[in-house]
Amino acid sequence: MAINQFPLPDLGEGLTEGEILKWLVAEGDTIELNQPIVEVETAKAAVEIPAKWAGTVVKIHHPEGTVVNVGDPIISIDTGGGAAPAAESTDEEPKRQPVLVGYGPKSGPAKRRVRAAPAPAAVVEAPAPAVEAPAPVVKEPLAPVEEPVAPQPGGPVLAKPPVRKLARDLGIDLSTVVGTGPQGSITRDDLQGAVDGVTRPAPAPARVPGSRETRIPIKGVRKLTAANMVASAFTAPHVTEFLTIDMTRSMRALDRLKGQRDWRDVRVSPLLLVAKAVLLGIKRHPMINSTWSDKTEEIIVKDYVNLGVAAATDRGLIVPNIKDAGELTLRQLADAMNDLVGTAKSGKTPPADMTGGTFTITNVGVFGVDTGTPILPPGEAAILAFGAVREQPWAHKGKVKLRQVTTLGLSFDHRIIDGELGSKFLRDVGEFLTDPEAALLAWM
Amino acid sequence: MTRAESKRSAPPPGADVDFVQLLTPDGERVTHPDYSVDFDADELRGLYRDLVTVRKLDAEATALQRQGELGIWASLLGQEAAQVGSGRALRPQDMAFPTYREHGVLYCRGIDPIMPLGLFRGVDQGGWDPIANKFGIYTIVIGAQTLHATGYAMGINKDGKVGTDEGEAVIAYFGDGATSQGDVNESFIFASVYNAPVVFFCQNNQYAISEPLQRQTRVPLYQRASGFGFPGVRVDGNDVLASYAVTRAALDNARHGQGPTLIEAYTYRMGAHTTSDDPTRYRVASEVEEWQAKDPIARVRKLLEREGLADDEFFASVDADARTEAVKLRERVLALPDPDPTEMFANVYPNGSHEIDAQREQFAAYHASFAHEGGH
Repeated sequence: MAINQFPLPDLGEGLTEGEILKWLVAEGDTIELNQPIVEVETAKAAVEIPAKWAGTVVKIHHPEGTVVNVGDPIISIDTGGGAAPAAESTDEEPKRQPVLVGYGPKSGPAKRRVRAAPAPAAVVEAPAPAVEAPAPVVKEPLAPVEEPVAPQPGGPVLAKPPVRKLARDLGIDLSTVVGTGPQGSITRDDLQGAVDGVTRPAPAPARVPGSRETRIPIKGVRKLTAANMVASAFTAPHVTEFLTIDMTRSMRALDRLKGQRDWRDVRVSPLLLVAKAVLLGIKRHPMINSTWSDKTEEIIVKDYVNLGVAAATDRGLIVPNIKDAGELTLRQLADAMNDLVGTAKSGKTPPADMTGGTFTITNVGVFGVDTGTPILPPGEAAILAFGAVREQPWAHKGKVKLRQVTTLGLSFDHRIIDGELGSKFLRDVGEFLTDPEAALLAWM
Repeated sequence: MTRAESKRSAPPPGADVDFVQLLTPDGERVTHPDYSVDFDADELRGLYRDLVTVRKLDAEATALQRQGELGIWASLLGQEAAQVGSGRALRPQDMAFPTYREHGVLYCRGIDPIMPLGLFRGVDQGGWDPIANKFGIYTIVIGAQTLHATGYAMGINKDGKVGTDEGEAVIAYFGDGATSQGDVNESFIFASVYNAPVVFFCQNNQYAISEPLQRQTRVPLYQRASGFGFPGVRVDGNDVLASYAVTRAALDNARHGQGPTLIEAYTYRMGAHTTSDDPTRYRVASEVEEWQAKDPIARVRKLLEREGLADDEFFASVDADARTEAVKLRERVLALPDPDPTEMFANVYPNGSHEIDAQREQFAAYHASFAHEGGH
């Protein structure tokens, strides 16, 4: 069965809402094309809306007297398979989410939702026009609109050019923003919401006197993190592999680096070489740096690397990223990483730095643990955990010696990356960290 | 009762004045000393088919707007006879300048009814070739097209294409509200003093959006012409035969060098001004009912039935054909492609312009800068 949702259209040049005056049909009714189904009153006029499809009324979404935003579904019609007009898409009811909004009284304007948190768990199937059209762009039929849910990262998103421009100026990745505009498009308010969502400080825990529990509102970074983790964990099938390596040569190389005049004032850590290893590894295995898009049924392989570095801050975990990290020299990379972490710790990371990441490193070693099974940031295909570097007994040149040993943990999206590719990438990262000079020469 | 109230409740100016009528609301043929038509059965059936088809297509467009597929639509409901009558009166060489409501005239000119729907869907700029179709583009600016029509007509004079049966004439459409515009009055003056071959066809549908006729004029509109120095005539705008006869005569006068005529087609807009308008806020139901009884299509059907020129099968087939046309139109509207954003720079100048070219490139680059986002 094919169920089409009919969203309230803009009935009069720029209206944003309308009040359901009277339903002329009931659930279960069989209706004809253009049969009047509902009377709606807008700021300009009270009008009857004719049915866009023939079929059976499956659901009436709003009772009489409700003020509905333009673009919100008001009725679902079962067009019975092939009966829908050619240009309409079909959507199965079970995919839909329940309507989340409560509507205010008619006297006040209906409030739009501003939802900052990306929640890519529920993926919108774009209504794909079935009509062959010669022009490069086909207008999506206004009809079946889903509840606003975040689009799959990397997939096409609806936003007007000025909004796209604003997003770029703010450094916001549109694919991480929930659109609340018509057809799920992203509005300026949505961008503002996204900015507020990531910059708002975490609320203070509330302690009720005498209570033995502390209640912490789920907001801000915590909420965002939770949404991302849930979305990712239940969307991308994760696989994690581990590799324990001897990093002694890397540590010595770092010491030599620090001795050079150009590097005298730069703070360098093993993380820098891990980042370099990842960037080199991505060059050798570009598929690691990609996105799975259900929406477009594509794997989007990026030829730029926005390298995320997870940072623990007072406000929670944030993952700022270094744009186009693959283009940077080692020195530039070091500066960028120091800036990034410093800014993050001071809580001043601009939203621009937190969106659009393509690969992430999480430095769990700073907490003194060996490794972990990291969860992918939504839209990224792989993430590397870098454990603590400790002196451990290690078989070295036929003897057991104390060496600087660490464990790398690589989680990857098994939809894109098979065990073979993941293993090769991890092995290359390990190879570089085991002997950077040799790896560089070998890969030249 | 205050003076303002008495004015508001007064009948429209000239409601008691006669108009040219050849077919009564009951479908009876009547004669007029100055105007007549000589249609055979086929032609009468053809007019009926025109009327039913344009009404049906118009209703489909209104429905499409309500369903969110058009931004706005200006319905011609109630004005079919004025449009089909005058539209069919045009000869092939005649040029028409429409408002944005002349869907019936457009249909009679043989233009694909999809054309205006692209405009109101917002996917094109209403561009059809005015010369190829002898039908100007829809003009939203109230009354502006009367100037274009008058200028075009003055050009016909300069080209010497008047004075014979093959002479050319121009028709300018506008409404009662437009008669208050300076443009229309200037057009009247120029048309008059230059003896331009133009027919001013005013569909007086009683309302300029919400403003009733008594706010536009103290005298019947057609009488305005005498002040400018050319004839004016009022015709029953719901009578397709009279609308045809009066327009044909006025056009023929113009093409023969007799100068302009103002036709006031007395009619009624049965629907809203546009889909953004709610007529129940400014007019009473009884008035609409009164005009319902004067329906332009019903009276032609009564005539065909009375004179035995059509049977039920014919009427059913006309309805079915109109429905088919409407469904076809709907499907085509839904399939209209979105334009490339840079198309707005096309056709600005016939031979291009450096500035427009630069703007187009800048705009294209701006759009291209979002390309990697994969959205639209």
